[in-house]
Amino acid sequence: MIRGLGIDLGSTTVKVAGVDETGECVYDAIAPTEARMEAQAERMLAAVGETVPVVATGYGRALVREAKAVTEITCHAKGVFHVVGHGGSLIDLGGQDTKVILVGDGGKVRHFVMNDRCAAGTGRFLEVVAARLGVPLTDLAGLALAGTAEATISSTCTVFAESEIISLLARGEPLESLSRGLHRSLVRRVVALARSAAVKAPFLLSGGGALNPAVHDLLEEELGSRVFVPRGPQHMGAHGAALLAAGL
Amino acid sequence: MPRHPSPLARLRAHVMVDGLGAAVLRFDRFKLSRRLAHPRPDDLFGPPLRSSARLKELISRHYLRGRYAPLCAWVTSGAPVEFLVALGFHVHYPENHGAVCGIRRTALPVMERAEDEGFSRDLCSYARTDFGTVLTGQTPVGRLPRPDLLVCCTNICQTVLYWYQWLAWHFQVPLVVIDTPFLYDQARTHDIAYVRRQIEGGINTAERVSGRTLRPLDLERITVSSKEAVRLWSEILATAKHRPAPFTAFDAFIHLAPVVEMRGEDDTVRYYEDLLSELRQRTEQGVAAVKTERHRLLWDNLPIWARVRWLSDLLARGGASLVASTYTNAWGEVHDLIDPKDPVASAARVYLHALLNRSTGHKLRLLQTMTREYAADGVILHSDRSCKPYSLGQVDQRARLPVPAMLLEADHNDPRAFSEEQVTSRVQAFLEMLA
Repeated sequence: MIRGLGIDLGSTTVKVAGVDETGECVYDAIAPTEARMEAQAERMLAAVGETVPVVATGYGRALVREAKAVTEITCHAKGVFHVVGHGGSLIDLGGQDTKVILVGDGGKVRHFVMNDRCAAGTGRFLEVVAARLGVPLTDLAGLALAGTAEATISSTCTVFAESEIISLLARGEPLESLSRGLHRSLVRRVVALARSAAVKAPFLLSGGGALNPAVHDLLEEELGSRVFVPRGPQHMGAHGAALLAAGL
Repeated sequence: MPRHPSPLARLRAHVMVDGLGAAVLRFDRFKLSRRLAHPRPDDLFGPPLRSSARLKELISRHYLRGRYAPLCAWVTSGAPVEFLVALGFHVHYPENHGAVCGIRRTALPVMERAEDEGFSRDLCSYARTDFGTVLTGQTPVGRLPRPDLLVCCTNICQTVLYWYQWLAWHFQVPLVVIDTPFLYDQARTHDIAYVRRQIEGGINTAERVSGRTLRPLDLERITVSSKEAVRLWSEILATAKHRPAPFTAFDAFIHLAPVVEMRGEDDTVRYYEDLLSELRQRTEQGVAAVKTERHRLLWDNLPIWARVRWLSDLLARGGASLVASTYTNAWGEVHDLIDPKDPVASAARVYLHALLNRSTGHKLRLLQTMTREYAADGVILHSDRSCKPYSLGQVDQRARLPVPAMLLEADHNDPRAFSEEQVTSRVQAFLEMLA
């Protein structure tokens, strides 16, 4: 029985989660973000088939009618605390936002930082480079983990990295080493953001980026520490929103 | 060379400023006062300040006087002006004018004109607004007075040095530079002597340009008035220590104008006496500037001029009242240093101790003290793309404050450096964190 619903209208995907009275996620759905987010949210919520309180989060949170709007920072912290049972330094790698949230007791936000006005350290970076390399986004991590050779990508800017890729491809750089180098560039940018928030272990990873094993492995390498990926990392914001909707 | 207006020009100025102009502005004040006396009910904000009507009149009159002023000096916001006022100069502040352009949202087209001329987008947006205004003549205040003298004091940044050199080249008028050594700690005797000598040099130049001699009694009188305005300003700001705050930093950003550009004028003192009395009355009656005040916040750096109202609404909707700012405090914190009996040496001390001429450690201590005194629950550190000296150190200061602090990346006058969605998310998340 669903007690509360959360909807996370992100820049790349829309996620819905429903929780029962214990806070367990008993319903989830995900779809690419459409231009008409308001109609999409209405449709996805109607598909659940239950009339329960709704909390909306993400960029489109204000567009959902009859839902309370809460920012993704609060929702992610709430969601991840429930799933893993403790706080820590949460890195949420989203489509256009990377957030680092220090999660305290009870899932309370103690501090947070986000990338500002630049999508270099976000999922968009990998989307752009995958398109440039001509490989599906889902294959990019596999290529990066296939070997140990690593091209040096000096630019962390998505636009400049793209031109760097072109020249490296022209020099015959293998796709595997290019992909590893690109992941390294992204991860270093994320780690720099995390360090500015004075993070410490335990580290947690959520968002679409958490589904990429190369991002996970290189993050562990750069942070020098284990990084835990909670169950349903992409739904963490929606899950937290559902918990808030259920009053849990 | 000093300008000597003809008797006809003097008569025209008198009629336009003191006769017709004053009457029109008084009528405007009357209309605005009536509107302010019957405000529309508002769920978020308390009644508007009645004094705002007088403020509008004062500022408009200042710009009107400028149009007909026989003598005008353009000065930086941290420059000593008392000797200029005592010599009869009308004082024009390009930075304040930049803020007016920012609030009225007319800054961008003139900045773009300056950029077309070759000025980098990385330059301060006040400087670009000023260059663009000079190049196009476009201003929301009608017309700006041409300077006879430029006074540039480096106690706010080094950009002003090159900015005013360009103005001196463009207008072909004398430039007085007052170089203030950076204070890592307290001002040393030779720092004060060095600045004092430069102010004395500035007085000589101003006397030559005006064709007048500075009378010590005039300088003392203006300095008394200046000190009183600064003292009153400091007391006005302190009323926001009361819970609920009767006055927000957003109000202070606007009501700050007289103490900056009309310092040394008796009308400024009278205006601040009235404002202080209105605020004390509000405090006694428990009138809140923000009805929803649950969180009290402190602001660091310049305002985002084009977004003052918008940000005020966003915070109030989240139950936050911005009760103080280091920026508005900067014009109140030095009143003890002003000594009308020794106006030049005390000016050297005062202008050396400008907030941006002091170490980041001083700024940190100020933030800590203000957080405590104003009982702030959080701090918003505006990382201002245009004002590097003010933004320097904020990342480290953030970690050393007794309450949570957030960095808000924007620019005081360039709307292109402001992302509404990103700022909304960060501010709302910050307020949720404080809840």
